[in-house]
Amino acid sequence: MNEPVRRLSVVVLSLVLLLMMSASFIQVINADDLDQDPRNVRTLYKQYGNFRGPFVVEGESIVWSDPVNDPYNYQRTYSEGALYAAATGFYSIVYGRTALEQTENELLNGTDDSLFWTRLGNLFAGEQQQGASIELTLKPTLQQVASEQLGDQRGAVVALDPETGKVLAMVTSPTYDPALLASHDTAEVNENYQELLNREDSPLVNRAIAGDTYPPGSTFKLIDTAAALEAGMTGDSELFAPQELDLPGSSNTIGNYGGESCSATDTISLSDALRISCNTAFAQLGMDLQWSVIERKAQDFGWTESIDIPLAVTDSRLPESPDQAQTAMSAIGQYDVRATPLQMAMVAAGIANDGVLMKPYLVDTVRASDLTVVDVTEPEVYKEAMTSSDANALTDMMVGVVDNGTGTAARINGVEVAGKTGTAETGQDTSPHAWFVSFAPADDPAIAIAVIVENGGSLGDEATGGAVAAPIARALMEEALRLQGEGNL
Amino acid sequence: MSTVSEIRVRAGRRSEMALLAISWVIIVLARAQVDYNAAYLEISVIALYGLGTAVLMIAAHVVLDKVAPNADPVLLPAVFALNGVGIAEIHRIDLAEDTSFANAQMIWMALGVTAMIVVLLVLRDHRKLRRYTYTAGVVGLVLYLLPLVPGLGITVNGARIWISILGHSMQPGEFAKIALVIFFAGYLVTNRDTLALAGPKFLGMRFPRPRDMGPLLLVWAAAMLIMVYERDLGASLLFFGIFLGMLYVATQRLSWVLTGAGLFFIGGTVAALTIPHVRSRFDAWLHALDADTYASGTSEQLVRGLFGMASGGLFGTGLGNGRPDLVPYAESDFIIASLGEELGLTGLMAILTLYLIVVQRAFRAAIGVRDGFGKLLASGLGFTIAIQVFIVVGGVTRVIPLTGLTAPFLAYGGSSLLANWIVLALLLRVSDMARRPSEEAVPA
Repeated sequence: MNEPVRRLSVVVLSLVLLLMMSASFIQVINADDLDQDPRNVRTLYKQYGNFRGPFVVEGESIVWSDPVNDPYNYQRTYSEGALYAAATGFYSIVYGRTALEQTENELLNGTDDSLFWTRLGNLFAGEQQQGASIELTLKPTLQQVASEQLGDQRGAVVALDPETGKVLAMVTSPTYDPALLASHDTAEVNENYQELLNREDSPLVNRAIAGDTYPPGSTFKLIDTAAALEAGMTGDSELFAPQELDLPGSSNTIGNYGGESCSATDTISLSDALRISCNTAFAQLGMDLQWSVIERKAQDFGWTESIDIPLAVTDSRLPESPDQAQTAMSAIGQYDVRATPLQMAMVAAGIANDGVLMKPYLVDTVRASDLTVVDVTEPEVYKEAMTSSDANALTDMMVGVVDNGTGTAARINGVEVAGKTGTAETGQDTSPHAWFVSFAPADDPAIAIAVIVENGGSLGDEATGGAVAAPIARALMEEALRLQGEGNL
Repeated sequence: MSTVSEIRVRAGRRSEMALLAISWVIIVLARAQVDYNAAYLEISVIALYGLGTAVLMIAAHVVLDKVAPNADPVLLPAVFALNGVGIAEIHRIDLAEDTSFANAQMIWMALGVTAMIVVLLVLRDHRKLRRYTYTAGVVGLVLYLLPLVPGLGITVNGARIWISILGHSMQPGEFAKIALVIFFAGYLVTNRDTLALAGPKFLGMRFPRPRDMGPLLLVWAAAMLIMVYERDLGASLLFFGIFLGMLYVATQRLSWVLTGAGLFFIGGTVAALTIPHVRSRFDAWLHALDADTYASGTSEQLVRGLFGMASGGLFGTGLGNGRPDLVPYAESDFIIASLGEELGLTGLMAILTLYLIVVQRAFRAAIGVRDGFGKLLASGLGFTIAIQVFIVVGGVTRVIPLTGLTAPFLAYGGSSLLANWIVLALLLRVSDMARRPSEEAVPA
C-alpha cells in the first residue's frame, strides 16, 4: 500500500500548489484590480481610519478626531470650521485632503519619520497611538475680526508678524465649513461638495494665497518707491506729475483718480506722490527707472518665486519685457502685474521689519501625542528686500499716507500707522478691487496686513482702497495692538 | 501486506524540543505583534501567554517522551505553530470587534492538548482501534447525521452542520471524520482484496465489478444525503473525499476513484441545480464579482475576503495592521483571508507549507508503519487534513465554491480544534510505531 500513499502525497502536493497559485493570483496578479474595485472600502478605511492629531490655536483644538462606532473609527470634528477652513482645509473620505490636512498629513496620522521614537515610547504607555498635533500661528481673535470685517464681501485678509513671519490671520471670503465634507455619509458629502463647487462665488478657493491673483493697483507703488530709494532718490526728490500722461507709442493716456491733477506745478515730491497715490508720477517714475529695476525690486519682495507656508502659494506675476507704455501701466500695478494678498502682506512685513523679509509660516509647533515637541518652526530670513535706511524712509512716507493721504480711514489714535491704498481696475464693466496694505505701530511693528475686497465690495463702483479696505485693516491693527498690550502678540 | 525496508531513524525528541522552541517564539511574537500594532503591548499579558503555551508544549513533549518516544518530531511543533498563529489572528479580530474568541480558543487549545495526551496515554497501540471498526462506523454516521435531528441541529449560514446541546453549539462532523477514518481503515483492510478484483475493461482501464460497487454506492448515498439535507457541499465533499482517498490507498485502483468522482460530480451538479442554497454557493463562486451576484449578497463575504487578501499583497499589512474585521466570520470560516491580509501571500504560503508538512509526515508514518490498518489510518487522517485545507482555502480563494468548513488548527471553533488535536494524537501514535526500531516492533 506504499505506492498509492506516495501517489496520494503527490496529489496533495498538487492541490496545495493549486491553492498557492490561486492565492498568488488574488494577492499579486489581480490585487490592483481588487484594490481599486469601487466596492472595496478597505483602501479608504486604511487611509482615513486613523486617530488623527488635532489642529490647535492658542492652546485650543479647533479640529480633532472623535472616536465613533463606524468602520472609519474616527470622525473629523470642527469647532469653528469656517473660520479656519482656509488654513486647515478639509478631510473627506470622498474628496481627499486639502491645505494643511494634506501637507501635514503624515504628522497628523502619525506615520512621519520624526514620530518614530514617540511611536516606540507610546507602546508601553497603554494609550491608543494618536498622530501629532499641529499648533498654528493664527490668532483666534484676529481671525474673528478679519472674518467679521469682510462679512459677506468677497476678498481676503492676510496678517503677518513682521519680525518672525508668523501668519497671524488668513481669512478668505466667502468660505465653507469643512464639516460639510467630513461626514462619513458619502451621498451627503457628494451633495454638499457639488453645491460648494457650483457656487458662483467659489467658496472653496483660498483667495489669500491661491485664488486668481489680483492686480495690486496702487499698492504696487510701494515697490516703485523702494526701487527709487535704492536708485538714490529720497522722499524729497521731485517727480514729473502731469494731469494726464501720454503713453509712448500709443494714443492712450494715464490719468489720476477722478481725473484730478497731482500738483499745480506738474511736479511732486516722491513722498507726496505716494501720499496721494499720484498715478502719473509713478507711471513716469517707472519709465524713468526702467522696468528691470522695478522688476528686481519686486522680486526682492518675493514676486515670481514659489513659496509654501507650507500651503502652496500661487506665484505672483510680473510682465515679461514690457514696452514703455506697458511699463508705465505696470508701475501703477496694472497691466500684467499680479499679486496674492499674501504677497502684498509680505511687502508690508518686509518694509516693517527694516527691509528684512521673514519667511511666512502657518505651523508653529508640532507635538507628539505625549505632548513632547517634535518640531518648532524657527523664523527664517526669506529675503533682504531693502536696506534698513530705505525701509525707514519708506515707512515715514507710508505714515504720511495714513496721516493725511489716501489712507486716513486707517488712523488709530495715539499710534503711528503706516499704510498704502490701492484701487485696482479690473475692466470696463466691473468695479475695482479695493486694497489696503499696512503695518503698525510704524516704529516697532507688531502686525503687517494686506486686505483686498473684490470689486469694491459693498461700495461697488464708488469703492477705493481707502474707503473699503482701510477700515478693515484698522480693525485688525487695533485688535493686534490690544493683544500686544496683553502680551499675547 | 507490503514489506518495508529497514529505515534507521533517530527518535528525534531533542529535535522536537528545538522545533517546539522555534514554534513557541513564533506564536508568542505573533501574539505580541498583534497587541503592538492593534492595541498596546502589555508585557505581563504576553508573558502569561508565553508561559501558558510553554507549559502546554513541555507537557506534550514530556508525555511523548514517555509513551511515544519514537513519534515524529515535526508534527507537534508544526501543529502548535498553526494553532498559535490562529490564536494571534483571532485575538486580532477580537481587538477590532470587541469579542473574546481568542480566550475561548486558548482554553480549547489547552483542552485539545489534554485530549491528545489522554489519547496517547490510553491508546498505546493504534491497532486496538481496529476492534472498533463497525462501532466507529455507526458512531461516525450518527455524528454526521446528528445535525439533521429536529430540535438538535441548527442552521448557520444556510448550512445545517451544527448541533446545539445545553446552549453549547458544536460541529459533530469534526469528530465524525475521525470515527469514519477508523471505520474505513478497518473495513478496507479487511475487504481490500475483494474490492481490488478487476471487472470489465472500459476506456483502457479495469473497472470494479458491479456487484462490488455496494459499499461505494452506500457511502456516495450518505454523502448526497449530507449535501441535500445539511446543504453543505464542504462536509459532503470531505466525507466522500476521505473515502475515495482511502479506497485508492487500499485497492490501488484509479478506476474506483474515477467512478466515485464521477458519481459525486453528477450528484453535486444535480444538487447545485436543484437546491437553492447549494446553487447560490455555486453562483457566488462562478460570478463572485458580478454586480448582480454581489448586490444580492450571495458573494459579498467571499468578495470581501478577496479584497482583504488583495490588500495584503505579497508581504501583508503586518499582524494587527489590516482590517480583517471587514470580512464576516473573519475569525473562523475566513481566517485564511484574515491571515492572507495581514501576513500576505508569503505568510499564506508559509501556512500552507506547514499544512503540507503535517500531511506529508502523516503519509510518511503510513509508509513506515508495518500493519495495513495503520497505513490506512495514518494516510486517511493525513488526507482528511489535506482535503479539509483544500476545501477551506480553495473556498476562500475561489478554487471551489465556498463551504462552511474551517481551517484545521487555525480557525476559531472548539469542536474543530479538539477533533484535530485528537487526529494529531493518532498520527503521533502511528508514527511512533512506524519509527520504532524493528526489534521492538514485534507485536506482543
